[in-house]
Amino acid sequence: MDIKNLGFDTINLGHGSGGLMTRDLLDKIIFETFNNPILDQKHDGAIVKFDGQIAISTDSFVVSPIFFKGGNIGDLAVNGTVNDVAMCGAIPKYISLAFIIEEGLKLSEFISIVNTIKAAADQSGVQIITGDTKVVEKGKGDKIFINTTGFGEVHPKSNISTSRIKAGDKIVLSGSIATHGMAIMSERQGLEFESDIVSDTTNLNDIVNGLLDTFGDHIHFLRDPTRGGLSSVLTEIVEDTGIGISIFEDQIPIEKQVAAACEILGLDPLYVANEGIFIAIVDKDIVDSVINFMHNDVKGAKAVCIGEMTDAHSTKVILNSRIGGKRIVSPLIGEQLPRIC
Amino acid sequence: MKYLSEYRNFEATKRYLQLIGDTVTKTWKIMEVCGGQTHGLVKNGILDLLPDQVQMIHGPGCPVCVTPLNLIDKAVELLENDVIVCSFGDMIRVPGSKKSLLEAKAHGGDLRVLYSPLEAVRIAKENPHKEVVFFAVGFETTAPANALSVIQAQKEGVTNYSILVSHVLVPPAMEAILDDEFCNINAFLGAGHVCAIMGYKDYMPLAEKYKIPIIITGFEPLDLVQGIYMAVCQLERGIYRVENQYARVVTADGNEAALKVIHDVFEIGNREWRGIGEIPNSGYVLTEAYKAYDAELKFGIHRLKVSEHKKCIAGEILKGIKKPHQCSEFGKHCNPSNPLGAPMVSSEGACAAYYHFSNNLIFSK
Repeated sequence: MDIKNLGFDTINLGHGSGGLMTRDLLDKIIFETFNNPILDQKHDGAIVKFDGQIAISTDSFVVSPIFFKGGNIGDLAVNGTVNDVAMCGAIPKYISLAFIIEEGLKLSEFISIVNTIKAAADQSGVQIITGDTKVVEKGKGDKIFINTTGFGEVHPKSNISTSRIKAGDKIVLSGSIATHGMAIMSERQGLEFESDIVSDTTNLNDIVNGLLDTFGDHIHFLRDPTRGGLSSVLTEIVEDTGIGISIFEDQIPIEKQVAAACEILGLDPLYVANEGIFIAIVDKDIVDSVINFMHNDVKGAKAVCIGEMTDAHSTKVILNSRIGGKRIVSPLIGEQLPRIC
Repeated sequence: MKYLSEYRNFEATKRYLQLIGDTVTKTWKIMEVCGGQTHGLVKNGILDLLPDQVQMIHGPGCPVCVTPLNLIDKAVELLENDVIVCSFGDMIRVPGSKKSLLEAKAHGGDLRVLYSPLEAVRIAKENPHKEVVFFAVGFETTAPANALSVIQAQKEGVTNYSILVSHVLVPPAMEAILDDEFCNINAFLGAGHVCAIMGYKDYMPLAEKYKIPIIITGFEPLDLVQGIYMAVCQLERGIYRVENQYARVVTADGNEAALKVIHDVFEIGNREWRGIGEIPNSGYVLTEAYKAYDAELKFGIHRLKVSEHKKCIAGEILKGIKKPHQCSEFGKHCNPSNPLGAPMVSSEGACAAYYHFSNNLIFSK
């Protein structure tokens, strides 16, 4: 679309009024970009057909800055929800898309986000079937917030649940940790810290789908360790199952410059946010096959077994440090705060 | 030298642990002065790998932990009075007597988390109609950058910038600990980063006066076990002197350029330490030439006086008299979500380090 033909270059309160300006924004940008038979009905909601069990997940995206190396809030909003549906052992089909825009957002930025959303949806094979656009006064938002809800069909062979995790199960991590969180951190104002770290945000439904096709219910549990990092997911699992986790520090992959950035800022990479990676808790007998399978996919090229579920210490995550020590991995309390020196 | 991987080498670390085990014949209490060292010991699981005779006592070197309550209240008061307050990250959750900086932000205060005080000068330039204050806490390590921000502000004629100073010095704190009647420390691991700035000459009279070994030590696992080994060797041989384990970073004379900046802007004065009280000549105050950048004078907030939470034993923790898990409130009414005192907040604080990495495990050492 050509911005010049739209007749405005910033989004203002009128675009959220529900009147003609809203209609204009929707017709010229939203419907034009995301056109599909369900959305094109322009109804208040979408009517779709599913076979069998449905997995539903919703998420709101408030990342700042909205543009960062490797992506923007748009693909994050699609990938995040697509991945959450996939982690339920489901095949994502549809997503809803709701914007809360702060007045004054540049139209060019909005269009760029919308285009990224379209590309991310196409890549993961989901359709945007319903949505909403609201505009709030300056100061009542932070440029743009996005909420997406994803709907997927549960994979016929999958049976994903914390109740299926048992002692002896192996924990496979699909890739390097902390990349996304440090990419965002390096762009935040006030940190005076420049790097080439690029966010690894991507859709994981295809690799997960392949795993479920091949290994079915031998995959016991899936989770993408986004906010709160790897440690938060692991500590949640021990709490939910009552089974302990033992992991090995030297097995956990991390990009060199991400590790260096964490060192400089005094952050523990286990607590830094991820996108683009997931953990699979699998039957111990298939762990090597799972890792081999994942190595054939670029999104699982660095897949590695980082540890196992164990009865040795229930409800605790114990990390075996590089130098042969042990420590407990505890949940993140608030935001991880950079240290003074 | 790949400092990250080589100083975390399993084999080398194991070798030093073995040497410590082979050398030690009786029980020694060694205090690591710096919170970064406490963090390194606990995070890497070193405490459990040491022989039982080597007992590590966690020292006062966590800048967040020793910043007195009333300074936090002052920063909160500034936030409530339309001042932009800039702070290092781990300061913002420390509870003041009424609220933390983070809570003051939730009530509408303009709080910015920065890595560099120079950034605060830039914010002041961008907001000429607002007052901007940098919360200048820390030991000697952060003093040069904080001093530099004041020099920069003066050079660029930025008059809406000032600093809320809470700078403290390591040697007087060590002396205060050694003078305490309950002190039972046999050796110190000196704070590597502090000495990178200051050098280690100031520690020689201390070692002599108190007949105590002081090993200037780094922060990686190998640094820590090597430092402990050097301390044990001195103790077993009955000698006491300053030794420099962290020679790849620290020299006897320190960093000349950094020292010059510090001495331009700051002079030594009395300072209050959280949980310990006032220690004479234990911190920095702005020199006469830079008094215009003193936020306490500028905003007339030096009158606030408050006291610590009654049940917090931060003082005993900071002096190494008690271990975190020996506090009746540890993990019960005091945890990182609801800290009674500063050592539970900063990742360098002994209580938080114990809570995060050892959780409910009761440490034997």
